[in-house]
Amino acid sequence: MTKMINLKINDIPVTVEEGATILDAAKKANFKVPTLCNHSDLCVAGNCRVCVVEQVGARNLQASCAVPAAEGMEILTSSAKVRRARKNIIELLLSEHRTDCTKCYKNGKCELQDLATEYAVGDNIYIDLVPFNDYSVDLSSPSIMKDDSKCIRCQRCVRTCAEMQQVAAIAVANKGSEQKISTFFDKPMANVVCTNCGQCIIRCPTGALVERNSIDEVFDAIYDPDKHVVVQTAPAVRIALGEDLDFEPGERVTGKLVTSLKLLGFDSVLDTDFTADLTIMEEGTELLTRLKKALVDGDKDVALPMTTSCSPGWIKFIEHKFPQLLSNVSTCKSPQQMFGALAKTYYAQKRNIDPSKIVSVSIMPCTAKKYEANRPEMRDSGYKDVDYVLTTRELARMIKQAGIDFKSLEDNNYDSIMGVSTGAAVIFGATGGVMEAAIRTAYEIVTGKEVPFKNLNITPVRGMEGVKEASVKIEGCVEDWKFLEGVELKVAIAHGLVNANNVLQAVKNGKADYHFIEIMACPGGCLGGGGQPIPTSLEIRNKRTAAIYEEDMNMPFRKSHENPEIKLIYEDFLGEPLGHKSHELLHTHYTEREAY
Amino acid sequence: MIQTKTIVQELVKKHGNNRESLIPVLQGIVEKNNYITDEDIIEIANTLDISAGEIYGTTSFYTFLDTEKRGKYVIRVCKSIIAVMKGKAEIIKTIENILNIKVGETTPDNKFSLLEANDIGWSDKEPSMLINEKVYTELTPEKTTEIIESYLRD
Repeated sequence: MTKMINLKINDIPVTVEEGATILDAAKKANFKVPTLCNHSDLCVAGNCRVCVVEQVGARNLQASCAVPAAEGMEILTSSAKVRRARKNIIELLLSEHRTDCTKCYKNGKCELQDLATEYAVGDNIYIDLVPFNDYSVDLSSPSIMKDDSKCIRCQRCVRTCAEMQQVAAIAVANKGSEQKISTFFDKPMANVVCTNCGQCIIRCPTGALVERNSIDEVFDAIYDPDKHVVVQTAPAVRIALGEDLDFEPGERVTGKLVTSLKLLGFDSVLDTDFTADLTIMEEGTELLTRLKKALVDGDKDVALPMTTSCSPGWIKFIEHKFPQLLSNVSTCKSPQQMFGALAKTYYAQKRNIDPSKIVSVSIMPCTAKKYEANRPEMRDSGYKDVDYVLTTRELARMIKQAGIDFKSLEDNNYDSIMGVSTGAAVIFGATGGVMEAAIRTAYEIVTGKEVPFKNLNITPVRGMEGVKEASVKIEGCVEDWKFLEGVELKVAIAHGLVNANNVLQAVKNGKADYHFIEIMACPGGCLGGGGQPIPTSLEIRNKRTAAIYEEDMNMPFRKSHENPEIKLIYEDFLGEPLGHKSHELLHTHYTEREAY
Repeated sequence: MIQTKTIVQELVKKHGNNRESLIPVLQGIVEKNNYITDEDIIEIANTLDISAGEIYGTTSFYTFLDTEKRGKYVIRVCKSIIAVMKGKAEIIKTIENILNIKVGETTPDNKFSLLEANDIGWSDKEPSMLINEKVYTELTPEKTTEIIESYLRD
């Protein structure tokens, strides 16, 4: 049994489990203690000091996030000493922070600004130190903007990059007044191991790390009468956009999302879920082909296990860290890029529109998608396949700028063609979703029967465990796939690059006998992506996950191969999965990169 | 200069390939080559499985884990307030004149670098300086000239 600790917070008795911090105890007693460096996803740092409290009888104030509650403690969270110190700490932080709040991208969404407001910090008694430093803004990355003059060195980004992603592209450099968050030899963000995942952005309390935004460019395209602007929306946007528009986490806003995009003036509102279904057709066939080559033809050069390729943060990670395993990655482009390549070919032909007049926009839960769209190989349509990528947050801002009352909007359906999708596609937004969608289809192709799980819900691949393993025994194969009879298909799912790293190490050392691995760069999958509404926490990610599976259950089709528009595109345009046209438009290659 | 790969592998063999070996390995490189290059850091990063960014963070924290090109002999003159009161400026001027370099620079033959250091712990015997790891205290311009000339002959 866990030992319980009794203490008093502002004279109110409270009992917490051993190991809980003073901050936890204060929360339990319903007192809010402000924090900046503290984050529920990260280890304790205790460096910002705004959470200081007074322990009766102790000489020094304590950082409540870093000190465990102890038996008999008497804590004051708002004594004269605490208030004075806390205000001083906030003022000191502000003296090193460029306070051009009205011009800041995070204005109104900054935790430091909130604290300054709460404590009514007026004229600062401390000297503004910003002009003494030679700050410049790093705009080298197409995904992330880094402005050290706004940085308060709380190191949430550093801990995120190291603990959750095992990338550590950014680390603490120098010391004292020269301390800063920097890269290997202060290189630009674009030239280091940064995967553009944006997990640092959604944990930065200030405007030091924000996404590169394309809001003005997209509005300009919409206003241009010569342009036909198509927009695609990723699975995880519809279950999180509401959080930035007065909905609670976990509320699905798919219909309102479509309506708002129409009101914004997009010419055609289409769905990345369509190409998620297409990904299943292509990637499923690729997996089965690799298995056939390995098991039947005895081809020793076939790289197994095969890994998914939808997550551009994951792709950049493996390019930097495990280039020797690049042949294991599926050659399928991500759904965003498949959509982009088809928008300016298939869609243009079908709708009889000059592809040079099409502007292709995507709404993504992701900042790495901005980088992906800019990769030189992503121009197979003869044009830039995806012109602009907006995060969920940027779309919310556009909706607000346009004065749209999102809450009162009616629901609408996606346009066609390339707007119809299945439940298998929407679960791409959750960790395990691509795997589940692939199994739903591949199992049926191979055996002619539905997967043997109740309501098609393959629960072993779901959930927040860092690495999930599952196996499906293949029985009753149809003639073409007889060689798979009795094979136990072994799969693994990893989300968050720290977990991806562990799985990849096992593969590299020959200690993993999987056939297929799904990897998503972000914790929880795309629903926890770096382009999603801020804040994030496990609780919020769990709510978004529940919403994704609810969305799946409510779809008329739940298997990618049953999508009528998918059948149509193969009949009318692509021919067959992995066919000539697919290779040309839907598949790609990867690039070995430096290890730093 | 000893080859990056060889020296890193030797040091890792000596100190172990865990995270805790990082600083001894970096110190070993400085001992052999006087400063740490970006190739050194990349090699260590690959061997110890620590990100190059984190290793740069470590080297940038410690003055003595130098990442700028340095000569065979690194002269560090103490710049504490007591050293200043006791005539540190004269010592610097003396060295600058003999070696024909300014503070922060290295001689063209890569033999000497001249730097200033925060308090090196000899406040009762200022002015003081370090040449690599050897301490010289109660310096006068004459004494300093003699010391530097002995290194010049080396």
